[in-house]
Amino acid sequence: MEGHSTYQPTSTGARWLERRLPVIGLVHSSFVAYPTPRNLNYWWTFGAILSVMLVAQMITGIVLAMHYVSHGTLAFASVESIMRDVNFGWLLRYLHANGASLFFFAVYIHLFRGMYYGSYKEPREVLWILGVLILFLMIATAFMGYVLPWGQMSFWAATVITNLFSAIPLVGESITQWLWGGFAVDSATLNRFYSLHYLLPFVIAGVVVLHIWALHVAGQNNPLGIDIKSKEDTVPFTPYATVKDAVGVVVFFILFAWLVFYLPNYLGHPDNYVPADPLKTPAHIVPEWYFLPFYAILRAIPDKLFGVIGLVAAIVVMFFLPWLDTSRVRSAVFRPIYRQFFWIFVLVCLGLGYLGSQPAEGGYVIASRILTAYYFLHFLVIMPVLGLIERPRPRPASITEAVLARSGHAPAPAAGGAS
Amino acid sequence: MASSFDVEDEARPTRRDFLYIATGAMAAVGAAAVAWPLIDQMNPDAAALALASIEVDVGALEEGMSLTVMWRGKPVFIRNRTEKEIDEAKSVPVSQLPDRLARNANLAADAPATDENRAVAGKEAWLVQIGMCTHLGCVPLGQQGPYGGYFCPCHGSVYDTAGRIRSGPAPENLHIPVYSFVSDTKLKIG
Repeated sequence: MEGHSTYQPTSTGARWLERRLPVIGLVHSSFVAYPTPRNLNYWWTFGAILSVMLVAQMITGIVLAMHYVSHGTLAFASVESIMRDVNFGWLLRYLHANGASLFFFAVYIHLFRGMYYGSYKEPREVLWILGVLILFLMIATAFMGYVLPWGQMSFWAATVITNLFSAIPLVGESITQWLWGGFAVDSATLNRFYSLHYLLPFVIAGVVVLHIWALHVAGQNNPLGIDIKSKEDTVPFTPYATVKDAVGVVVFFILFAWLVFYLPNYLGHPDNYVPADPLKTPAHIVPEWYFLPFYAILRAIPDKLFGVIGLVAAIVVMFFLPWLDTSRVRSAVFRPIYRQFFWIFVLVCLGLGYLGSQPAEGGYVIASRILTAYYFLHFLVIMPVLGLIERPRPRPASITEAVLARSGHAPAPAAGGAS
Repeated sequence: MASSFDVEDEARPTRRDFLYIATGAMAAVGAAAVAWPLIDQMNPDAAALALASIEVDVGALEEGMSLTVMWRGKPVFIRNRTEKEIDEAKSVPVSQLPDRLARNANLAADAPATDENRAVAGKEAWLVQIGMCTHLGCVPLGQQGPYGGYFCPCHGSVYDTAGRIRSGPAPENLHIPVYSFVSDTKLKIG
């Protein structure tokens, strides 16, 4: 966004390479000289945290694949041998399993941050859509990964989720048998899920590159949601954003390490330490916590086909958010009414998560229906209408003005560096 | 630069347009032909299809006893029902059922869901059905729920003593596989 690279190679070798493949210049302009808004808060470090988590998951996943066997009769035992026999196998598996949870924790914060500060609005619509696409791929990857240990929860999660496709009229049964490679979830299913579970992270990495590319074309949003107007409004990515991101990653990894070393099975289900049994469904099956809100939506609708449509629509609706939100003000900081609806929406999502973990009966079902209705109401009615009727608060003239006003300084004349 | 292939004045469609479309169509057919083996490899393979039928000895099943066997990777419930269960199933008019079709692979697709059409012909005590909930494929628990039939713990579907859906999200009655009694005590499924 600040034009071409200002990178000047100093050594002979770097000059030689730069004339042939300007890769150092690309990295320099993207992650060193790249101008980043000077008012970014810690919510903006989750992009970096997510990138680090993706790499961490790929590394632990690749080494786990050296020990895992994707066959119905051997998969469960191979995971147990990873836990007991393989050197540091317990650590690698706990890192990978809890890493998936924390990956979703970070992506949900990243998503809510985008919603609060209006990061999906013009000119960042494609950036947002790519993000939702990454979420879709993450969901598929996490689901197939959860099947691999071939415990009871793995098996029945695979059964329930693949059976969602049987709701499709006419071709539903053929599609599920095609997905299974048989007449029920079996070894053939496990094997193909393993193949795809290995593939999809690389697809995610590819979409992440597009996501970051789109980010660097449109420029980062910021807590004020106003455009960068001068060089004064920015600081160079390195050291400012690099160091801030590093702090965020380190704090996040403290949480990660705490889970891995002290509560490694807290987010899992004991039933998954029981080998898969196609003749017996566990009494209470629930998905991993990060799917619970969507699961609650599925169960809230008392019809198979519409339940599945509701589940899918809950994610698909996010693709359209840039056009459903009619307000031209990005940041909720200047939208007093939207800010309240935003927090209601967060609570509704958490509420759906809680209801998804409870049995589908009595008051829980009624509550799920109310919150499901509100979830869609938020996107389809509240967002479009609010933008038209809400009166936003006045926004500052520039990022610099707002930053200096907060720290008690008069706005400096627009001259000199930003440091 | 002026081109010697200036076709602006020529009438459309030109010969070149035709060639473009014909080439594109051929490429699409070729792509589909290449894609099909890559897609079809995921369908059930020959070994999975070969497990088409099993024989089960049900001679030891007394009245009120059930047996679950595995057929094509799915559980199949075989039950020798009690008098009470049969009477309860018979007392329900088909018009009150959410799914009024028998879902019995041995009968016509539009056979009504009467108890006679659900049970084994000539052996009304016997019920043979695939033990997968028609909602999302969990295995229902036998002799449970308000109708004393089957109850699915996953999402709360309730089936009666003839395996017919009565309440909950499942859209259809429990499916009945193709079967036959080869002798008085031997049941062939598939």
